[in-house]
Order: sequence, then structure tokens, then C-alpha cells
Amino acid sequence: MAEADSERRAKRMSIIVTKGTLDWAYPPFILATTAAAMGLDVTMFFTFYGLPLLLKELDLQLSPLGNPAMKMPMAGGHMAMPNIACMVPGLDAAASRMMKNLMKKKGVASIQDLRALAIESDVRMIACQMTMDLFEYSLDDMIAGPELGGAATYIEVATQAEINLFI
Amino acid sequence: MADQTLDAKGLNCPLPILRAKKALQALAPGGTLEVLATDPGAVKDFQAFCRTTGNELVESGTEGNVFRFVLRRTG
Repeated sequence: MAEADSERRAKRMSIIVTKGTLDWAYPPFILATTAAAMGLDVTMFFTFYGLPLLLKELDLQLSPLGNPAMKMPMAGGHMAMPNIACMVPGLDAAASRMMKNLMKKKGVASIQDLRALAIESDVRMIACQMTMDLFEYSLDDMIAGPELGGAATYIEVATQAEINLFI
Repeated sequence: MADQTLDAKGLNCPLPILRAKKALQALAPGGTLEVLATDPGAVKDFQAFCRTTGNELVESGTEGNVFRFVLRRTG
């Protein structure tokens, strides 16, 4: 009986979203939208620095600081930013702008677009209640759709999913 | 000739798949969708998409630097 049920129902995937920088916002939204397009029921649990990805207004930033793997294509080669250069005021903003321009040029969707597509494809979104309290956010700050939940809410989802990711 | 054509040229992962899924849903069962893409990753991705969703990948080929797929809505 249980086996027959699991054959009939759609496969499920959950993602714990813990990071909110421009670069790290991509993997969870790309995977969530693609899985939904492939027929999976998807749940995203937004916690800690991932929680602000649910804010109405997004202005995502990234920092080259402490990230030697971040090498931007430049003048035919690739260039990493030395940590010392990251002390320059406005450098993170410049790097973020550069990344956004590059993404646009290469036909990479914006996070706003992917998030809208996720909502459109019925991806279930859970905002971590504890993080809401900790960073003093309210559901009014967030886009419509996310529900509130905690660790037990997530674990219940995860026990019924074939794929559980932590990003 | 496919029933519909989706121009996904210039779009990067995962947009060709997401747009194709949407276009497929708008077709009647058995209908066909032609997808044009320039993302080289789309070749493997459309195979995986079709295997997982049960839609049929009728054609997969290259015309110049454009990848061309024909999908049939069977999923």
C-alpha cells in the first residue's frame, strides 16, 4: 500500500537555504524551479542569511573578500581580487554590479525572476520563525506566499522527500 | 513541423527548461514543441528533462551554433 502510494505521488525535494549573497542565492532557486518544472513537489526552508531572500525588495550583493575562487573574466583572462583591495569602500558594490551585468549579458535569469517562477510553480516556501525573531523581520516585510515554520516543520518535510539539500 | 516554437536562444540554464515546460503545458497532449537554444548545457538537460517527466524527445540536433529540440507532450 505504502509502496503503491509512493509510486503514484510526485517525487519531492527540499532545500535548506542558508545564504543570501548574490552568488549563493542562485543554486537553491535554480534547483527549485527546475525540479518543479520536472514534476517534483519542492519545499524551500529559508533560515539565517537565506531568509532575506524572501524580502519584497532585493538588492543582493556579494563580496570578493576571502573568496579566492571568485575570478572574473577580464581582458581575455581571469582576475581574482586580493583581500587587501576589498578594504576599498564601494568595492563590494562595484563587484556586485559587475556580476549582475555579466549575468545579464550571458542570459542568466535574475534572482527576482527565478523567485517569481518558483512561486508560480507552487514551490512551498517556509520562513524560519527563529530567524524572523532573531533578525527582527515580520511577514509584512516579505513577499506573499511564505509560511512560518521551525526545525520540526522542516524535518517532517524532509522525512517524506527523496532529495534533501542544504545550501 | 512542430505545433509551437520556443525561441530560447541567448538564455542560460535553467531558463530554456523552465520556458519549455511552460510551453509544453499549453499544448494539447500529443502536441509537439520545437525549442531553439544556444546553451550547450541544454543538450543533456533536455534529455534528462524528458526522461524524468515522461515527455518524448523526438529530435535533438544542431543547426549552425543553435541547438534544436523537438519535444512531444506525453508526460
